Order: sequence, then C-alpha cells, then structure tokens
Amino acid sequence: MGLAMTETINEFTTAFYQMHIDAGAKMVPFAGYDMPVSYPLGVKKEHLHTREKVGLFDVSHMGQVKLIGENAKKALESLVPVDIIDLPLMKQRYALFTNDKGGVLDDLMVTNIGNDSLLLVVNAGCKQADFAHLQNTIGNECEVKVLEDYALLALQGPQAGEVLAALAPESREMTFMTAKVLMIDGIDCFATRSGYSGEDGFEISVHNDQAQQLAKCLLAHEAVEWIGLGARDSLRLEAGLSLYGHELDTEHSPVESSLVWALSKVRRSDGSRAGGYPGAMTVMNHIDAGVAQKIVGLQPEGRAPVRDGVEIVDDDDNVVGKVTSGGFGPTTGKPIVIARIESAASDGTKKLFAIVREKKLAVEVVKLPFVKTNYYRG
Amino acid sequence: MTIKYSEDHEWIELTEDGLVTVGITEFAQEQLGDLVFIELPDVSDEVSQGDNICVIESVKAASDLIAPVSGEIVSVNDRLNDEPELASEDPLVEGWFVKIKLSDISEFDALMDEAAYQEFIEE
Repeated sequence: MGLAMTETINEFTTAFYQMHIDAGAKMVPFAGYDMPVSYPLGVKKEHLHTREKVGLFDVSHMGQVKLIGENAKKALESLVPVDIIDLPLMKQRYALFTNDKGGVLDDLMVTNIGNDSLLLVVNAGCKQADFAHLQNTIGNECEVKVLEDYALLALQGPQAGEVLAALAPESREMTFMTAKVLMIDGIDCFATRSGYSGEDGFEISVHNDQAQQLAKCLLAHEAVEWIGLGARDSLRLEAGLSLYGHELDTEHSPVESSLVWALSKVRRSDGSRAGGYPGAMTVMNHIDAGVAQKIVGLQPEGRAPVRDGVEIVDDDDNVVGKVTSGGFGPTTGKPIVIARIESAASDGTKKLFAIVREKKLAVEVVKLPFVKTNYYRG
Repeated sequence: MTIKYSEDHEWIELTEDGLVTVGITEFAQEQLGDLVFIELPDVSDEVSQGDNICVIESVKAASDLIAPVSGEIVSVNDRLNDEPELASEDPLVEGWFVKIKLSDISEFDALMDEAAYQEFIEE
C-alpha cells in the first residue's frame, strides 16, 4: 500500500484534475500525469460526439514553451527542417526536432506570437528532453521560457467555431493554423485554430488560475462534453495524424515517416536556406533519392482490430512492414491501421496481410485519412 | 437455475441438466470498455477449464474469454459476430457468449456464488 501511495504522490496533475474526478473520469498515468482516459460516456461515444458536436480535451500535460529574443526564429531554424524565419505573425506551423541521424526527437507546433517571440507546444512524453534540447542548443541565442503555470484545452468538433464565437466573437476571423489573443468570460486566453482530431477546433492556452473557470464556461454550452485520451487517440488515427512513439521515432527520418509535406521548400536541397539542422544531409538525401519505407494507411478486411506491432506480410510470407498504430475507428465502424511498410509493397498492386493470432488477415493499402478532415480554411 | 461467477469476471448459468451459459459480468464490461470485435469458438469444440475460448477486442485492447468449466461447446451467440456491442450493452442477457455441456459438475460447484463474487470484486 505504501508503494502505491508514493506513486500517486509522484504523479503530476493538471489544473482540471478535480473537474475530471467530478465528471466521473477513469484516470490513468500518462507521461507522469494522472490523466482522464475516458468519461462515463465511454471512448466510442466520446469519439462520435466529437465528430458530431464538440469535445473538450485537457491536453495540459503537453509542454508549452516560449522562445524570446530577436534571434529566436533563426535559432529555432537550426533545430527543425521547417521555415520559421518567414512564419508570419499569428500563424502556426507544424515542425519536427531532428537528431544527427535525421531521426525525429519530437514533433511540435510553432506559433509566431509577435514581439520576437515564438510559442511552441511539444509532446508530454518528450517535453523534459525537448526543454533540455532547446536550452543546450539555442539557450545562448534566445530565452527559453517554459510555461509551467499554463493549462491547455482543445475544443474540437464541427460546432467548435460556433461555441467559441458565442463567447468570443473575434474568434470568427481565425482560420486553420492561425492564432489570436481572446477574452473569454473575462479571462485572457491564447488560442490557435488547430488540434489533433481532424475536425475544426481550437487549442486554448490559459493560466492555471483561470483554467477551471474557462473549462466550466465552455462546458456550459450543451454541445460540449469532456473527451478523454482514449477518444483523442482514435480520432487522430482516423484523421491519419502521426503520433510520436508510433509513426515518429529517433530511428526514422521525417521522409521515412511520410512527412515530406512538413519539410519547407526553402530548407530542402534546392532551397535558399537548405539544410542547417541536425541530420540535414540524411533528410535531404531521403527527399532527393527516395526512401525504402513509408507510412501508409491499411484497411483490414472484416471486423478484427489489428493492433500496434503486428507484422505485415506479402503473399509469400515475406515481412514487409509493421503496424505503428492500429485500432478501431468508431466513425468508420471498422478496424483501421497505420503501418510502416516497404515502399515497394505500398503501391497497392501486392496482396498484403496482417498476422493476427497466427492467422493471415487481408489488408488493403488505402489513402490517409480514413475520415475526411474538416479544417476551417475560411 | 443457479448462477455462479468466475475470477475472470464471467457469469455461468446452469440452465438445464449439465448445460451452462457463459457471459461476462457488468464489472467486466465496464473494465473492458466498448467492445468492437468478438471471435467465437466453433460449436462442438472440446474445451478445458482455463482455455482461451473467445477473443474479445475493445476499443482499447484484446482480451480473452476463459473457459470457466470443461466440456463441449454446444452453442455460440452468433449475433456477437455483427453486434459485439451487445456484450457491452446487455452482458447478462442478449450478450451471452457460449453454451457448454459440462463434463464435470464439480468444476461448476466450485465457482463463486453471487455474494462471494461481490466480495471478490470489492477487494
């Protein structure tokens, strides 16, 4: 018993902990935090609710960090294969920290918030390493300020725009991947029109002291329900979005993870600011020469889910890949899979199979996403 | 009609002479979460107590239905093939899994009664 209690004390909680408990959440340890995996509605209904109305997600376990100083943009460019210098004011961009081998240390969102400052949002499981990485590599060129006292809420779903506009009319002007300072119920908030569900929506950063008030204000709308991490994962899987530790890791370059779209033209081998980030030679070579493997969507036949780590084989039982994320898509009503497979096996001409409980289940290479994304582009 | 319970959170109902119906308890379905796929055994399979006889997949993970008694599978609930959610929504009636012809009634007698099971899940 003593041990169990110590574990509980060691875990971090977010500003919404008591609200999750009061809402009847099932709490699980996640990246050192005690987080809601589901609420009484259950993963499937929470998922469908987000696709039909609006879900509210506590994502405060993610890391928020500001880079401040006139060299901040240039400094961050030395760590990511992405155009940061020309990132316009109040625009957000997806980026990746690479290592010397061109592998991925983490993926992140970067927003130009003005006053020579950038706001970064990084994954919970990587954040301590990311903070150290930033401090060690560019800490002399700009201030690296971790926002310890800030919570992060994601408001996601087709009615998210409507819900937020009722509270902050100025949010109507925001389009996908833009940012704005909003006043909601008298609370200073920093919102971006983005998220990880494939739906329209916002991520809202707020000081811990006002976090519960903001959540209550959002939940007061009848369309809004708390949604747990379980549905967050099935939503991102249906939307074909990569998850660090699954599709992304230190052993594969962004090109090998089918994220070429995220690598800015200006940072590629024929660009005006080519290279200049860790592992640039490898990554640029992967873009120019092509890679032996890629991330694809797979649609299994039948109803049996195909889980992470399952091997993918061809007709002759040669292993051609492995499932990086597998589960059941509540919206599609079918099992859905993202896998890393040999490029040669990915063109759809070869019959492929997943080995589940020693049986070969037919799978078909399909275009991602599994569910049409619904971003608000104005 | 006697209902007993296993430590694997199954209910086992003795319906006729030597025939039992097996399903999962409310506690089990709450723990598993929404069920999305169930693989049933073949009718006339011989099973031993402790064998994995069905695959139960929830949105979260795969688990097994463990044979609570030894015997022959005489019937399976085919509806679960297309409606696995029955086992979540109505685990005690419409969501039954299999009927087994007992080979040893003492295995059934040794299972927990309702009071013992309640105590077991409260531990």
